[in-house]
Amino acid sequence: MFMNFEFNVEGGNFTKAGTASSQVKKILKQLNVDSKVIKRVVVALYEAEVNIVAHAWSGKALINISTDRIDLKLTDEGPGIPDIELAMQQGYSTASSAVREMGFGAGMGLSNIKNNCDELEITSEVGIGTVVQMAIYLNTK
Amino acid sequence: MKIKEVINILNAKVVSGHHQLENEVEFTFSSDLMSDVLTVERDNILLLTGLANLQTIRTAEMSEISNIIFVRKKKVTTEMIQLAEENEMILIECDYSMFKASGLLFNAGMKPVY
Repeated sequence: MFMNFEFNVEGGNFTKAGTASSQVKKILKQLNVDSKVIKRVVVALYEAEVNIVAHAWSGKALINISTDRIDLKLTDEGPGIPDIELAMQQGYSTASSAVREMGFGAGMGLSNIKNNCDELEITSEVGIGTVVQMAIYLNTK
Repeated sequence: MKIKEVINILNAKVVSGHHQLENEVEFTFSSDLMSDVLTVERDNILLLTGLANLQTIRTAEMSEISNIIFVRKKKVTTEMIQLAEENEMILIECDYSMFKASGLLFNAGMKPVY
């Protein structure tokens, strides 16, 4: 089994935030993936999607599903993250009040992502954008 | 506890998912912060929240939460109902504050998540 999916993520559009995660959830359910694994994937993906909506101008999510792992790569065009280590700290946030009104922006997104991934790599260039690469293994209990 | 008992205790009103009154809920999580909701790992959860927008429903979808109560007279929108119906959720409106609603349910034997 090897499947690829690509979704566009619109910066600033909170009504659409989560649509990619919702699609991925449906696909994984159809593939009979374990519900605990599905939850880890969609929580990590949803937080990453919300990050693009909250901070970037545009982005895309690439999802690769193979027999032993799910790889998720979110690439955005946006302001970038000047200090990734600082951004990873729980409670640190640069989110606007509009983002906070949506129930996010408390500085928990990246740590939620980290807690749900088996592999995580974030690279960023200020003024250009950010790439978040995540992997979740399928055969773990 | 059945969701219909919760509705009774909170003097609340079902706005979507009327056929789900027999849903069993064992734990309640009260939060306006969706990233906190996404950390919850248990099943049969009732979410109490004062955040009434589309992201509340999306968050519940990702967290496998089917029972949501909106406190402090927050109103559910038609877009929220549409998304909730797609995901088989029951949406309930309640006039009480988060504190009062949480306290009444705790007293009635509802378990906390953490």
